[in-house]
Amino acid sequence: MRVNGLILTVIGIFFGIIAIFYWFTAYEEAGFLMLIGSALLGLLPGGYYLWWSSRMTPLEGDMPDATVSDGAGVIDAFPGSSIWPFLLGMGAMFATLTFIFGLWLAPIAAALGLSAIIGAVVESRRGGSV
Amino acid sequence: MTTTIESPDLIEPEEPGGPAGHGPETHGHDGGHAEHGPSGLLKWLTSTDHKVIGKSYMITSLVTFFISGAMALVIRAQLSNPTSSLVNFQTYNELFTMHGSLMLYLFAGPFAFGGLANYIVPLQVGAPDMAYPRLNALSYWLYLGGTSVMTLSFVVAGGAASFGWVAYAPLSNSINSPGAGTDMWLMSLGLTGFSAIFTGVNLVATIFYLRAPGMTMFRVPIFSWNMLVTGILILIAFPVLFGAVVMLFCDRHFGTHIYSVQGGGVPVLWQHLFWFFGHPEVYILALPYFGIVTDIIPVFSRKPLFGYRGMVFATLSIAALSTGVWAHHMFTTGVVLLPFFSLLSYLIAVPTGIKFFNWIGTMWGGQLSFQTPMLFSMGFLFAFLMGGVTGVLLASPPVDFMTHDTYFVVAHFHQVLIGTTVFAGFAGFYFWYPKMFGRMLNERLGKIHFWLLFIGFWVTFVPQYVVGLKGMPRRIADYLTANGWTGLNQISTVGAMIIGFSFLFFFVNLVQSWRKPVPAGDNPWDGGALEWFTSSPPPHHNFTHLPPIRSERPVWDYNHPEHRKDESHGDKRHREHEGETVGANS
Repeated sequence: MRVNGLILTVIGIFFGIIAIFYWFTAYEEAGFLMLIGSALLGLLPGGYYLWWSSRMTPLEGDMPDATVSDGAGVIDAFPGSSIWPFLLGMGAMFATLTFIFGLWLAPIAAALGLSAIIGAVVESRRGGSV
Repeated sequence: MTTTIESPDLIEPEEPGGPAGHGPETHGHDGGHAEHGPSGLLKWLTSTDHKVIGKSYMITSLVTFFISGAMALVIRAQLSNPTSSLVNFQTYNELFTMHGSLMLYLFAGPFAFGGLANYIVPLQVGAPDMAYPRLNALSYWLYLGGTSVMTLSFVVAGGAASFGWVAYAPLSNSINSPGAGTDMWLMSLGLTGFSAIFTGVNLVATIFYLRAPGMTMFRVPIFSWNMLVTGILILIAFPVLFGAVVMLFCDRHFGTHIYSVQGGGVPVLWQHLFWFFGHPEVYILALPYFGIVTDIIPVFSRKPLFGYRGMVFATLSIAALSTGVWAHHMFTTGVVLLPFFSLLSYLIAVPTGIKFFNWIGTMWGGQLSFQTPMLFSMGFLFAFLMGGVTGVLLASPPVDFMTHDTYFVVAHFHQVLIGTTVFAGFAGFYFWYPKMFGRMLNERLGKIHFWLLFIGFWVTFVPQYVVGLKGMPRRIADYLTANGWTGLNQISTVGAMIIGFSFLFFFVNLVQSWRKPVPAGDNPWDGGALEWFTSSPPPHHNFTHLPPIRSERPVWDYNHPEHRKDESHGDKRHREHEGETVGANS
């Protein structure tokens, strides 16, 4: 995790420096704010990883001499198949089309989207937890 | 519809006996693990397997590639003669807009980070799937929805969007671009933008958390490294695009004036937002393909990669710098800081140069063999070098003022993008096709495909540099004989037709591999990364066994213990009992 945290933090610091430099040379708000946003995008998760990297049990993937047996056990829960992503994706598509072609498409979008959200949540509660 | 929890011992402890069940008998179906769930069409609709989703992505993006490639041929046919009237001006504008949009938003990116990366990254890091399989499926369906919306915008009243793929304000407002086609274009970007963000999240989480035991960050193959960096870039860039698109939609329909001067807005804000997305997008398109080439060259040079860490740091520097150079697309607006953006743009040449140096260093003194994937990688090197060098020229404001919006720029970015997405993309496709389908592609047809594409590519785009320097602007539907651009345009059109023709051999190759399959085996190229350890195609959750991971080439170490650099780890004794190595069948 330490390497991952360092990567993100260094990227964040780089953007921070660039942002400050940019502000005092260009005085342009949009670019400055986007650079600050990018800096935070690096610093927030990067700082979190760095904070935890020295406090957590190392991942097997981070140990240079780990053997396969170190990784034995539950990896994670991986759903075999699920219809809900398809319905949610189609719901999102109809939702965007509603903005263009009118509210008559809204019920289709809502039906697909809501059923997908409920379905996915129920699916996770029923059997998705490790 | 059910959620199956995979058994805890999916990745079994390594056995001295080697990976059992790796053999021809596992080809053609998904290995030993019983796959629960539906079959047929419903299987496709409900699958959360990264391999199925990756293949869906690849097929969809290749279809968009061929649709928008056909548009390019119409564009070239229109330009082959002065005052040509093959298509009318409005249709021409729609064609170049949709050609750019489909290629950039819906082919180049999704083919890499949705298709190849989805399929290959979990295999390379030794993971059973992507970190969030259902989110991965949602990415695909959003992408398919976005692709459908954009493609279908041709059939609505008023036609498709016609303002170029960059949609500059105020050309894209409701007065200059009325009609549902533009709105569909915007909504399609919203959908595919979210699709990309979810894929970015998935890639980062997979590479951060699901690496196999011993697969430290500095043993992850460069392709996966580049996909990690691409994922981070996606998370920086695509939210900005989404915000920009939503604000443009509000300007068009809800009476806001964010991009219109009349209401106190700033049109150039669109350019800032768009290019803050757009330039990282160039590297979102390029980095995965750099990664493909970086994985291919060592395999066909039979050497380890020269400068592994240098490659990683070069990739990171390219990504960081690429986010600070957006306004080099806006030099001619007169409202950006020229020295700042020019300097940062020049700096990108340094890590890119390091990459070139390392690619050449890898080949230097190697036992080179030029199979199709390696040939395409060579094509990439030449094409990207030319595109990159002209890019350095364009980073200079005086040169940019001269050539902005001419065919010089068109030639530059086509050389960069075709070099990466087409040459390196097809290199990856030829390279990993045996892994994905368990059958080989024909070498002879692949080489014909390459050489025709390579010749067509140079014939198409070198004249465009010249015609651009002679003053031909981009995005024009006709020109006069007196301009003196006719001959060069005709050469360019011939080249484009050769490119189109070359893909016939690709189709023939695909058909032939399905009609008369040649089994590939697990490791047809004697590759070193982890994806070559499992069967072709891999079983449902990728690995039944894993080799010890002690370098960035674990499979090479396993198959060639005599060449192993690190002799300290204790697995060598196992090899002595086994005799034949698994997968080293070439």
